[in-house]
Amino acid sequence: MRIQFLWYPDCPSHPQARQMLAQTLKELGVEASVEEICVRDWEQAREHRFPGSPTFRINGVDIDQDGAAAMGVALTCRTYDRPDSGFGPLPGQRQLADAIRRAASL
Amino acid sequence: MPLELGSSAPDFSLPATTGETVSLADLGDGPRLIVFTCNHCPYAKAWEGRLIDIGNDYRGRIGMAAICSNDVANYPADSFEKMRELAAAHSYSFPYLHDESQTVANAYQAQHTPEVFLFDAGGSLVYTGAVDDSVEAADASASYLRDAIDALLDGGAPKVASTKAVGCTIKWAA
Repeated sequence: MRIQFLWYPDCPSHPQARQMLAQTLKELGVEASVEEICVRDWEQAREHRFPGSPTFRINGVDIDQDGAAAMGVALTCRTYDRPDSGFGPLPGQRQLADAIRRAASL
Repeated sequence: MPLELGSSAPDFSLPATTGETVSLADLGDGPRLIVFTCNHCPYAKAWEGRLIDIGNDYRGRIGMAAICSNDVANYPADSFEKMRELAAAHSYSFPYLHDESQTVANAYQAQHTPEVFLFDAGGSLVYTGAVDDSVEAADASASYLRDAIDALLDGGAPKVASTKAVGCTIKWAA
């Protein structure tokens, strides 16, 4: 499994997001190659079709494709509409875990 | 660095989503709370409900205004029209002001959304920073802003006068 973790340094969400990803992979027992991409400016945001920080793509697919489409290209923190807890700066842990499970066919 | 504690409240005169122009003086002679926020940021969204509650709970006892200073060209979700929609949909009890030129954010040296500035009745900054200690309302255990307001209304000074505002950076125009 190939995971891309994209983040923007001016947004404070990425340390917790990185930790959430590592913890979720560990709990699921999934091995993955994680590529970190730091997006620093609009040029890089357009290049990576960056919808905000943090963004997780698993085998090239965003964990919340509708949310990514709604954000467009954005050099800012990303808003997640979490099924259990409303709007927030991080996805719900279940949201991330479900995306990993789907990709791993668990 | 944000405005230093003890500084006077910088004046402003900005258009509100309700159509009028609101200045610092319009917020009354008592304690005044200025909140830099915006529409698009998830941190602003997460704290919005708590700020609406503060606006309702302290209405008539403090003057409060929210200000959006973000660059609209790159962040269209923060346009004046979108601000109007949000304030109306969520029944803001305080004015939501558009700082299109970003001069007010500059004057307050605001850096984040949300970031709060509480002034005493004499106009001196007595608390600045975060609303509370967690972006997740259920996890918040220290109500910095409410405690500071309560201290002012009781005739005292906030025990905690500054905290780190956590949120999106204000989006400056190029």
